[in-house]
Amino acid sequence: MRTQQKQRLYLVLFIIAGVSIAIGLMLFALGKNVNMFYTPSQIVAKEAPTQTTIRVGGLVVSGSVKRQSDSLAVEFVLTDQTEQIAVHYEGILPDLFREGQGIIALGQLQPNGIVKASQVLAKHDETYMPPEVAESLKAVHQKDSP
Amino acid sequence: MIPELGHFALILALLFTLIQATIPLIGVAEGRLDLMVVAKSCAWVQWLLFVIAFACLVYAFVNNDFTVAYVAKHSNSLLPLQYKISAVWGGHEGSILLWALILSSWTVAVAIFSQRLPATMVASVLTVMAWISLGFLLFILFTSNPFERLLPNFPIDGQDLNPLLQDFGLIVHPPILYMGYVGFSVVFAFAIAALLEGRLDSAWARWCRPWTLVAWCFLTLGISLGSWWAYYELGWGGWWFWDPVENASFMPWLAGTALLHSLAATEKRGVFKSWTLLLAISAFSFSLLGTFLVRSGVLTSVHAFANDPERGSFILIFLSLVVGGSLTLFAIRAGQFKSFSQYDLASKEMLLLGNNLLLSVATAVVMLGTLFPLFADIFHWGKISVGPPYFNALFIPLVLGLLFLLGFVPLMRWRQNDLSLLVKQALPSLIASLIIAVLLPWWLAEQLNIWVVLALFMVFWVLSRLVFDLKQKLQHKRHPWQAMLNMTPSYWGMSLAHFGVLVLVVGAALTSVYSIEKDVRLDIGGSVSIADYEFRLIQLKDIQGSNYTAVQADIEVYQQQRFVTKLFPEKRLYSVQKMPMTEAAIDPGLTRDLYISLGEPLDGNSWAVRVYYKPFVRWLWLGGVLMAFGGLIVIRDRRYRFAIKSTKSSQSDGLFAGETS
Repeated sequence: MRTQQKQRLYLVLFIIAGVSIAIGLMLFALGKNVNMFYTPSQIVAKEAPTQTTIRVGGLVVSGSVKRQSDSLAVEFVLTDQTEQIAVHYEGILPDLFREGQGIIALGQLQPNGIVKASQVLAKHDETYMPPEVAESLKAVHQKDSP
Repeated sequence: MIPELGHFALILALLFTLIQATIPLIGVAEGRLDLMVVAKSCAWVQWLLFVIAFACLVYAFVNNDFTVAYVAKHSNSLLPLQYKISAVWGGHEGSILLWALILSSWTVAVAIFSQRLPATMVASVLTVMAWISLGFLLFILFTSNPFERLLPNFPIDGQDLNPLLQDFGLIVHPPILYMGYVGFSVVFAFAIAALLEGRLDSAWARWCRPWTLVAWCFLTLGISLGSWWAYYELGWGGWWFWDPVENASFMPWLAGTALLHSLAATEKRGVFKSWTLLLAISAFSFSLLGTFLVRSGVLTSVHAFANDPERGSFILIFLSLVVGGSLTLFAIRAGQFKSFSQYDLASKEMLLLGNNLLLSVATAVVMLGTLFPLFADIFHWGKISVGPPYFNALFIPLVLGLLFLLGFVPLMRWRQNDLSLLVKQALPSLIASLIIAVLLPWWLAEQLNIWVVLALFMVFWVLSRLVFDLKQKLQHKRHPWQAMLNMTPSYWGMSLAHFGVLVLVVGAALTSVYSIEKDVRLDIGGSVSIADYEFRLIQLKDIQGSNYTAVQADIEVYQQQRFVTKLFPEKRLYSVQKMPMTEAAIDPGLTRDLYISLGEPLDGNSWAVRVYYKPFVRWLWLGGVLMAFGGLIVIRDRRYRFAIKSTKSSQSDGLFAGETS
């Protein structure tokens, strides 16, 4: 019986050690790498943190896209139909990025209120709107109608 | 007329599935063979009906029958023929029909290759598979009928297939991936049958292993193909995005890999029985979850084409029935399966346990990262997304841990080993690997990266052990070459698959760390340099495809003034959906890929262009293919043919057949 007990002890210790290390690491990593979504209204209302990677979503305001002529830097304005927020990005915009389209920018909010994006996401479907953007637009719409 | 025939075939299939799902069980309960064999004939009829239904849908696509809503939505008369056929599984309804067809093909395969299995076992396995099929048939007929008509106001032409999917990758990726997903239903059915019968011996494990292996090989190939497709088709040069849909296929793979290793211990030593059953249930549950995640559109993702809450709730109910039901059965019955063998801390059993622990944690990591945003949304914790840093931070240490354990596999025996001897044997390998892992990148890349060093350290460590093991096996043989040929397929397959893991890890580490990416503005006549390659934009021209127009760039690549190749990246505009698409141009190579894609036109004659230098990126998919190929070799092992021939055969004849040590 002794070996079997020893065996069981190994097993239990092994599992407990593994599981606790795993849970600890997972929560630690999750806490550090979760990106919250904010609407332009929330950012204007100063609900969003600076210095943390966040996601901002909204419609690209018509006529707001301005490209630098000598680099790939681009600036555009996002709106949720109530407030507006400027986004700065350097690089190639996705195929379906265009004015009037709903997009999501991943980046950091600067103290001056501009979002410096590291990634711009537009969905690969003409009619598709990122669900977060669709919902925030719907919420604004409901607030307006009654 | 033809679509109605397909619809009718599905209804008939439902009837036969109902019979297959009930009658054989009565046979098992009453011990009546005549009722048990009904399962086999039903499986055949059901398969035939699915083939008819599927053929009808293919016929509707090929003949541009736009009165069928599904065809109108996913095809167009201008679509090239091969894409018309692959468009059959380009949308929700068709891919679910493909799922069901593949499930019934697996069922028939079980009916064919189970001649020598106990009749009760075959009957229960086929019944369980019929239950799953029943769920899918109801799902198709009530929420996702691909044969629904648009009468009388049908469109003159179809809305075309999503241009992303008009590609060779999509022709082959989903069927192979589904072969893997659905393949786990067989081992799931075997697990449920074992739980129902309350019997699980090493013969059971021997039956399960080839089925699990085949499914696993398909899934491995399917995921590799998906990664390759994303790499060249999405135009971002990435090979794994930790996208929820990728994760959806990765979870069953991780659980399935754990299952393979746990089954090995169950077969050879009769240990981890209930754990193996739990993994069999998990692997298939994750396959269903994957289908649910991709097909209900609950997650924000490139792949989420369908958006329909009714379907979502159907799959959710189905999923909870399958998972909840099988776990309840497991909770009631698993206590019966006791393992009696003993093993030491230094034993192959513990090694496999470690492997399973790490793989389970990896599965949990992926699951948490994939589902957490969903739960956060449901419980109103805010809208969040979990980025690649989370997955990378957790996954890389887990993989390194798995490789460390893998290094001990070749020389570790079952039950007990001399721990001091193991350490003595391992130490020189470890030290030598570490030295090479530091020197090699320092010499070749002239910069050290901790992750590359660690990955190479583990890779060389495992490699040295594989070689050392082979050398030891051949040491005292008179004809080493002959002896090599005499080794079992089991040994060769396993070693090849493990070697594939190494190749994949080298590719992943080197391409992640040493890739160079540049977004630039390029005029005609202008050039851009990365690594020691120079890309020159010679000219731009307009071209006309069958269902798109495109701008094609003519780019010449030079390496230190020597001409290397010409590349032709395109920016396409698909006429029907008015959708732009980036077609990257790639110069592939064993040690590096050159990758260029057109971004957007800028004012004047210039374009935003993205160029990549990707070292060793091919090794990723090469590794995946080697792993799958290794798995296929293992199936050739003699003891799995024994499994077909002898039913009551003593467990011993197969037990040592595959052992070489």
